[in-house]
Formats: sequence, structure tokens, C-alpha cells
Amino acid sequence: MPIRLEPRAAASRWVRYLAPVASALAAMIAGTLLFFFIGHDPAEAFYVFFVQPVSDLYGLGELFLKTAPILLCATGLAIGFRSNVWNIGAEGQLILGAICGGSLALAFDSVQGWWLLPAMFLAGGIGGMAWATVAAVLRVRFNANEILVTLMLTYIAGLFLSYLVYGPLRSPTGFNWPESTAFHGAARLPRLLDGTRMNAGILLALGVAVAAWVFVRFSYLSYQMEVGGKAVNAARYAGFGRNRMIWLGLLISGFCAGLAGVVEVAGTIGKLREVVSPGYGFAAIIVAYIGRLNPLAIILSSVLMALFFIGGEQAKVSLGVPSAITGIFQGTLLFFLLMSDLLVSYRLTWVGFASNSAEGGGAVDG
Amino acid sequence: MGEGPGQPRLKLRGIHKTYSALVANDRIDLDVMPSSIHAVLGENGAGKSTLMKIIYGVTEADAGTMFWNGAPQPHLSPARARQLGIGMVFQHFSLFPALTVLENILLFAPKGATREELRSTLKTVSAEYGIPVNPDDVVGRLGMGERQRVEIVRCLLQKPKLLILDEPTSVLTPQAAEDLFVMLRRLAANGCSILYISHKLHEVRELCHTATVLKAGRVVATVDPREESEDALARHMLGSMVPAIRHDAAHAGAERMSVLALSRDSEVAGGVGLDDVNLAVRCGEIFGIAGIAGNGQAELLEALSGEWVGAPAECVCLDGAPMGRAGVRARRRAGLVYVPEERLGRGSVPGMPLRRNSLLTTGFANFFRGGLIRQGPVDAFTRRCIEEFDVRPADGTANADALSGGNLQKFIVGRELLQSPKAVIAAQPTWGLDVGAARAIRQLLVDLREDGVAILVVSEDLDELFAICDQIAVLANGCLSEAKSASSTSVEEIGRLMSGRPVAGVGSPLQGGACADQA
Amino acid sequence: MAEADFFIFIAVATLTAATPLLLAALGELVSERSGVLNLGVEGMMLVGASTGFAVAAGSQSLALAVLAAIAAGAVLSLLFGFLTLTCMANQVATGLALTIFGTGVSAYIGSGYTGSALEVAGPAGIAYLSEIPVLGPLMFSLEPLTYFAFLMLAGVWWFLQRSRAGLTLRAVGDAPEAAHANGLNVLRVRYLAVMFGGAMAGAGGAFLSVFYTPVWVENMTAGRGWIAIALVVFAAWKPTRVLFGALLFGGVTIVQFQVQGINLGIPTQFLSMLPYAATIVVLVVISSDRIKIGLSTPASLGVPFRR
Repeated sequence: MPIRLEPRAAASRWVRYLAPVASALAAMIAGTLLFFFIGHDPAEAFYVFFVQPVSDLYGLGELFLKTAPILLCATGLAIGFRSNVWNIGAEGQLILGAICGGSLALAFDSVQGWWLLPAMFLAGGIGGMAWATVAAVLRVRFNANEILVTLMLTYIAGLFLSYLVYGPLRSPTGFNWPESTAFHGAARLPRLLDGTRMNAGILLALGVAVAAWVFVRFSYLSYQMEVGGKAVNAARYAGFGRNRMIWLGLLISGFCAGLAGVVEVAGTIGKLREVVSPGYGFAAIIVAYIGRLNPLAIILSSVLMALFFIGGEQAKVSLGVPSAITGIFQGTLLFFLLMSDLLVSYRLTWVGFASNSAEGGGAVDG
Repeated sequence: MGEGPGQPRLKLRGIHKTYSALVANDRIDLDVMPSSIHAVLGENGAGKSTLMKIIYGVTEADAGTMFWNGAPQPHLSPARARQLGIGMVFQHFSLFPALTVLENILLFAPKGATREELRSTLKTVSAEYGIPVNPDDVVGRLGMGERQRVEIVRCLLQKPKLLILDEPTSVLTPQAAEDLFVMLRRLAANGCSILYISHKLHEVRELCHTATVLKAGRVVATVDPREESEDALARHMLGSMVPAIRHDAAHAGAERMSVLALSRDSEVAGGVGLDDVNLAVRCGEIFGIAGIAGNGQAELLEALSGEWVGAPAECVCLDGAPMGRAGVRARRRAGLVYVPEERLGRGSVPGMPLRRNSLLTTGFANFFRGGLIRQGPVDAFTRRCIEEFDVRPADGTANADALSGGNLQKFIVGRELLQSPKAVIAAQPTWGLDVGAARAIRQLLVDLREDGVAILVVSEDLDELFAICDQIAVLANGCLSEAKSASSTSVEEIGRLMSGRPVAGVGSPLQGGACADQA
Repeated sequence: MAEADFFIFIAVATLTAATPLLLAALGELVSERSGVLNLGVEGMMLVGASTGFAVAAGSQSLALAVLAAIAAGAVLSLLFGFLTLTCMANQVATGLALTIFGTGVSAYIGSGYTGSALEVAGPAGIAYLSEIPVLGPLMFSLEPLTYFAFLMLAGVWWFLQRSRAGLTLRAVGDAPEAAHANGLNVLRVRYLAVMFGGAMAGAGGAFLSVFYTPVWVENMTAGRGWIAIALVVFAAWKPTRVLFGALLFGGVTIVQFQVQGINLGIPTQFLSMLPYAATIVVLVVISSDRIKIGLSTPASLGVPFRR
């Protein structure tokens, strides 16, 4: 290749954070081009996907409605990813959270009280955590890869929820739809703004994100987790137990995903049904990366991801493409970020075609 | 391609190579004659390895020409180099551990060669040169010395005209190195040229006919090493003499760190366990453990540092207190610090600035408040460490991986020693460092000894051990020999113990507990 | 005779259910042996499935459909290769992105066909031979891609164990720096291995949508790509053991269908959990011997190679 890579001595901070912004723009442009190639007016597609959904108050409400679960999942995942714990089953932990929180709401249907909602969140968080615990035990005790285990557990969680809403939790008055009875008022998150569906879930999510930022920025525990993530042997040398880090990474992310599940059923949906999330838990992986695993930056990337979800739904209505097309945007976004990371850590130098195999580096004398 | 007498087999003119800002090779000229054993002598970082990689076609020079038997070679690759008859024995990274010896050789055999043909050629060649290798051994299970033999045989199969060896004795016991020299002389007598890269003066004087001395990427002298004194060679190499380490007689005190009847298995595939290891390090004493890496060193260090806690508590004692079950941080609280061999990725975290790396092993009370880190005191500590130990760049925000090996090692040593330790463990403390940095670190250890600290040094470098240690023992195949006072033993004796029975590198290191008497 | 028929039916069904796993896992195995962990198998299978279905529906040619699916899988893997090999991006993150991307792409390609079915004749069987009792249906009346999968199994085994190119691939996966120092082209080997993985995943996807259940449904692979990755671990990176694992999972799938059929009162969802639960169990069993798994894992797996 006529181009040579040279490592940059130090990647400047603003380049590190500029890359995700550039990637977001590139993904938007690439997505719009994609619509052009499949025969849509690119300007219209861009408008439908990125402008129309948030052009009124209701749309903005929807944006923050969807931001909340994504932000919760991504914040938790980021803490795990920092310690190199690959929990990619946030979707499953979200479902378990929804099941636990939702079941509590249904169980106390007749007893209403201010305590019910906090109890639901606690139950949901613990549910998500319990699901992550399975992966933690198997990883720590049996060395089983947490990527595959958390993912398999996601499929199992989905089937379990399906069993519940087709079976024991199915509403007797629901015309045989696979749904539970609707939750009553005390089990619902309060709306924040009239004329929108936005609820208090976003406040909870923001609170968790800020708390997570304080944790990763200042705490010794988070420092230890980060060391474990960057260099396992250094953590061992320093006496930071790896197993403890795996436990923490999985439990924290499981808890946050469980909260996200409760936000969905107690806020947006108001009951249990077969599908409680359109893939927020998976999208959160990308969100965490785009936010550079920094909880404050993740707030922004969550909003962007929420926009992708709404845009996908809008495109389904207006352009007749499946809403799953948002996956293309999500994937492209991360592709661009990963590509731009090359430019963050290396400088490209044009060396011309004359030399046949350019050697960019290698140590001098071993 | 004429190969007349007087015609150099290999001729380099104006070879130039830079990495970012660093000039690794600065317009180097070099002539290697047929049948000559030609040394390339220089300190770590002088540009020797880069030059060899250029000759072998792994790395491309920015400028300059290489001539082979007088013909210029513009586009060189390892495959082309092999065709010309250049063989290379690398210092690191050249065999494939998961493959068998035969597969490793097959990989670079000419097209169409079958396993059976190679097997018989291998037998012939290894008999001819007296180098025993078993074609079906998995390389990963061989000792370092055996691996080197495989590499050499692999080169010999191609009937090389020029054999390049990069620091070949760094993994050998003194005796095995002698065997290697015998073989190299025989090869040279048969017409093969040999490029011998080393920084060890006595080897070069013993073996080589010509020596080209590199300093900071430049040729500073070409001499006949047999006619130069070691001092003269060292002056070429370093520019000036390095003062010797100040080392007074020991006045050792009470036993500070001890290991009692420690036996364990290795936890890594192909690792060597420990068999009934006993040692005691007293206050004000430097205790050296010699031996080739891979003979249980990593396992012993883990057990001492607390990274491995599988032994009964009384197996490891600090100041008489049983610590065998205590973890890393408990041992650190008891006054033990540890400078590991692997600087980046173990002793420090890559991608983290020094001001965060300071926190890795330090547990000063004023660094924390309620589970949160107080960066102020940590930064102050980092500055002190950088200043007192002359770390460059003197910048706490520089990432650990941006520092040179020597500076990073100074930072790590500083971080450990500034914790007022009672006992210090240092593994290969000066490996790969230039002479100045190595001397500074050795002097620090000696000074600490004067202050009554107990110090354990694990090293492959016998010169280093004899320069600073009071007691020396040898770890070979998981067994630790009886400690000898440094003044009452010799390099030869320690070297013999290193090869022990069985020799490190001969026989499978997987045979646990096969410790013959080493006396 | 009825029992024999039932046995043959189960055996054929198991072989058929094992086919997509065998295909995808063999591809991933080759990729991983070269040191590249591609977690995008699920995405590549899905794109293979939707492409295969669309081409089959459009051209009525099953062969063309499979070829198109193979090409689609290879193209996606090329994207993965560019990011992880040329740009040296994190392989885990890139693989996840590829799965999400592939899911979206497959949904788009399949959007016109959702719920529609292909009119496919069952396997024709090989003339005369398929009429041999017991052996005939078992060996000569399977889907063409099932034969292909077995052929590839033998091919991959021969390639890795016997061929010079396979030796090179193993060397690259074991010690890329050494390979580079000796003049092997690490990136080219890895690109080819990754593309083989993509092509095989594409074929596995096409098998599902064109032969197995000739209908397109979003997300129809239902985690088979991930199970294939688990199978490679289970097989300790040895091709022959991949077959064993694939048959095991094919068997679990068939047992689950059979039990659903005879209605024991177990909710179907619990039966559907079986393959996923089995994957976890299998992973736990195989991974708990840390030293053994450490020995068989390709040494450079997941580590970017920087020239």
C-alpha cells in the first residue's frame, strides 16, 4: 500500500471525542445515500428519518421516551466494558427486569401505594442482576465465555416472557391477546409533559448516568476495574482480583438493564406483552462505544440512537421500509467509529507507490 | 554471480532507516566476507536488530543498497533472502509454538517437499552438525535452547551462505553457548558466512573474526576483536567507560523473606512447576536467583508476590509471619514491593498516563477519601517519582506506552522503592536497558541493601548477578540449588548448575519433579 | 419396521437440522484458526438467508440462490476484514456491529417476502441408491447442501491437517509476528480465512431459508450463528469435533420438535429454550478445564495484527 501508518505519540482529547461526532454524521450521510440507491428521494429520506420525528413537541417527547431505556442499558454496559467484561445480553436482562417489575405490579394490583413503583424498580433491577449473575457464576466458576452465555440467556429470557404472557400472566379479559392486564396508576411512571408520552424514566436514566460518571471518574473501584480491562496481568500484579471485577461488571450492567425493563413496562407500555423492547439492549452496546464508555457522552449517543429508532419507525410508515432497517444505521455508525479510531491512534503518511511493502513500525532492537 | 576471493558475500552501502523521529540505522556500510564470523556489536537500541531485519527482508530500508555477491538486491523479502541463501535465527518470534518441529520446517521448505523427504533430510542434517532434534515434538513444549536448535537446523536445511544470529546466547547456559560456538566455527570452516549480533564483549572476542561496532544507529568502528581488549571494545560501543557498581561487604541482619518447602504445579500450559524450593533473604542482603527463564521463575515469583496463593501459609514468610495465603495487597502492606519483568502490561498499564499508573501498587492513606481517589496527592507522588528517578519525559500525563523501556523501568522502580519497602523482589530488573540505565538501577538496589532492605533479584544475566548479589542460587527445572556466597562461587559453577540435570532445554520441561541432585 | 422408519426419520431430520450449524461453524473455525474472531456469524447467516430466499424467489434456481447467499456472506465478511484487519479495530465490537448491521440488511432484503413461502420440492435423492433400505434414505436422500457440508468438513480437515496452505493458516493464527518475520503475508491469509467464514455462514443461512423452512421471516436464524460460534469452542477448534457438536444440536432441535408433537404438557417455550440452554451447558463443560481450553485456543485469537 502506498500509505504508511505511524502511531501518534498521544491522541489528543478533542480528536477522540470528535471521531464519534464525525462517525454519526457519516452514518447519517451513508444511510441517506442508501435510501437514494434503493430508489427514494434522499432529501425526503433524510427528512423522514432525522427531522420529521422530532419536529414537534410530541416527537421530542418520544425521543426522550426512547432515550431512557437505551441510556440505562448503555451506562451499565459501559462500566462492564471498561473492565473488559463483555455483557452483550443487556436485552435479556432488560426482559427479566420487565418480568420482575411487571409481576410485582400485577401481584399488588389491589394494593396501591407510593411504594409500589420504587419496589418495582428494585425488583426489576434485581431481576436483571440475577440474570447477569448466571453469566457471572459460569464465567468465574467455569470459565464459560460471557459473550455467548449472556446472549443465549437473552433468547431464553425472551421465551420465558412469551411463556408468561401466553400462560400464567395472560389477561383474562384481553380477548386472548398475549398480554397481561394493564397496570394501574400507582404502577405507572408519571408523565412529565402534557401532550407527550415522555415520562419520569428519563430523569431516572439521567440520574443513573451522572452517578455512573462520578463512579468511573473518581472511584478507586472503577480504577481497579479499568486496570483489569486494559491489562489483565497488571491487575493481577496489583492484586485487583479479576473475579471481583467480572462480578461487578456483570451485576452493575444487569441491574441497569433491569431498571430499563421496568421503565419500559411501567412507562411506555403499561403492561407485560410478548415484546417489551425493540432491541434497546443490543443498540446499547453501540451506544456505549459511541460514547467512548464515558457516561456523560453516552447521554448524547443515547439520544442519537433514540433518533435512529424513531426514524426507523417513521420510515416504515412513510417510506414503507421495515423498521429493522435502523439496524443498518446502527451497524454503519459503529463501523465508521471503528474506522475513525484508526485515524485517532495512527497518522497516515503517504509514502508513494515506489516502495513495495511499507513497514510502518516495529521495535528497534527488540 | 561471481564469488571470487576478495569479493564480499554481503555488502551494504548507505543503509538508512528511521522510525518516526528515531534514526535506527544511519547510512550503514558493512562488508561480510565468505567464511568469516562477523560480529555486529552494540548496545541495546544501537540499531543492530533493525539492520538484520533489513538484510533478511523483513523490514525495508528507507535508503541504501544491499549487494549479494556483488549484485544489488532492490526488492528483498524473507522468501527472496532465503533463495539467495540467507538464513536467520531470530532472538524472539520466529517459531510457531503450536506446530511440531517438522511442521515448522515444512512451512518454509521449497514447494513440493513432502513430510517424509523432510524427515529424512532433517535426520541427516542434525546428525551432520551434531544437533539432535525430534521432528515430532511440539515446539511450544521445548525449552528455549532446544527451540534455538530447531531454528538453526531449519536454516541449515536451506544450505545457507550467510547465517544471521541475533543475540543467540541470551537464552543459553554458558556451556550450551560453548557448544553453539563449536558448531558455528564448523559452519564457517565449511564456507558459510556468519553475522553474529551481540552486546557481549567476551563472546565476540572469543568467536568472531571481524566486529562492526554500532552506536546510535551509526558504524563507529570496524575492528578485529581478537586483537582488541574488552575495554577498548566497550569504549567503541559506549563512547566512555561506565563506572563500576559500588558494592561493599554485606552486613546482613535477620531473616526477612523466606520460602520453605514450596512445591507447586504451573498453571500455564507447558510451564514448569516448583519442587521443594527453600530460600531465605536477610535484611541488608541481595539474594540472586540465576537460571534461564521458563525453569519455574514465573511460578516462584507469583508465589512470592501473592499473585498465586495456593501454598500453605507457612511456605512463604515475611519477617517471620506466615504469608503464604495472603494476597498481593496484604503482602504489600507488610512491606514487600515487586518490580516485575514485564514492564508494559504488568508493571504498568498501557494506555494509562503515569499519574494513573502511580496508583497501581501504592496504597498511601492520603490517596483516598471514602472510596474516591484524591488525584492531588497522587500527582505529587508521581512528580516525586519522575524527579528522583530521572524519568523522561518528565510528564505525568504521558501514557506508559509512550515511554522508552528504560524510562518506564525507572518509573516502575521508583514507584516501588518510594514506598519505603522492607523487602524488594526484582525480576530481570535491567533486561534490555542501555548500560547507563542498567547501572543506575543496579546502584539503587545496592544502596537499598545498605539501608537494611532484603532484596531478591531474579535474572538471566550472570554478570549482573555477580555485580550486585551477596548470595546466588540457581533455579533449574523447578529446583532451587543451595545458595552460595557470590565471592565463593564462579560463573562457571553457576553456569553448570543452570544446565543442571536435566539441562534446561533438553528433555521435556513437562516432566515435573524430575530433579536430579544438582551438587 | 415402524420403529426403523421412525429411527430413519429422526436420523435424517437430525442431519438436516445440523447442516446450517455445520456449515457456519466450519467457516468460523477456519477464521478463528487464522486468529480472527468473527462474532458476526449471525448477521452473515441472516443476510445469506434473505439473499438466498430473494434470489430463489426471483430466479426459481436453488443453485443460484445458494451461490448468491455465499457471495453475500463473503461480502459482509470482507467488510469485517477491512475493519479488523486493515483498520485493526476491536474484533469483538466489530463482530457485534456486523451482526446488528446484517440483521438490518437482511430485514430490508427480505421485506418484500415476509411470510411468503418458496415452492420447493423435497430432496430428489440420488436415483436408485436412495431406494436401498435404511442406508438409502439415510445416505442418499438428503438435501444437496447437507452433502456439501460433509464435503466441506472433509475438505477443511484435509486443508488444516495435510495441506501446506493450511499449515500456513495455522502458523498465522499461532504466531503472526513470527509468520510476518518469516515473510508470510499475515493479512492475506486472514482475509481469505475470514471470507471463507463469511461464505460458509452465507451458505448456512441459505440452507435455512431455501431448504429447511422455505420461507422468509425476520431473524429466522434465531441464534444459530451464535450457537455455531459456541460449537467452535466446544469442538476445541478441531473440524471433526464440529460435526459431533452440530449433530448434538441437530438432535436437540429434533427432540424438541418431537416432544412438542406428542404434547406432554410442557409449554412450547420451554422446549424452544432447549438449544440455547444446551449451548450454555456445553460451553460450561468444555471451558471449565482452563488449561486444556487454553492449549487448543489459537494463540492469537482476537488480537489485531499490526505490521
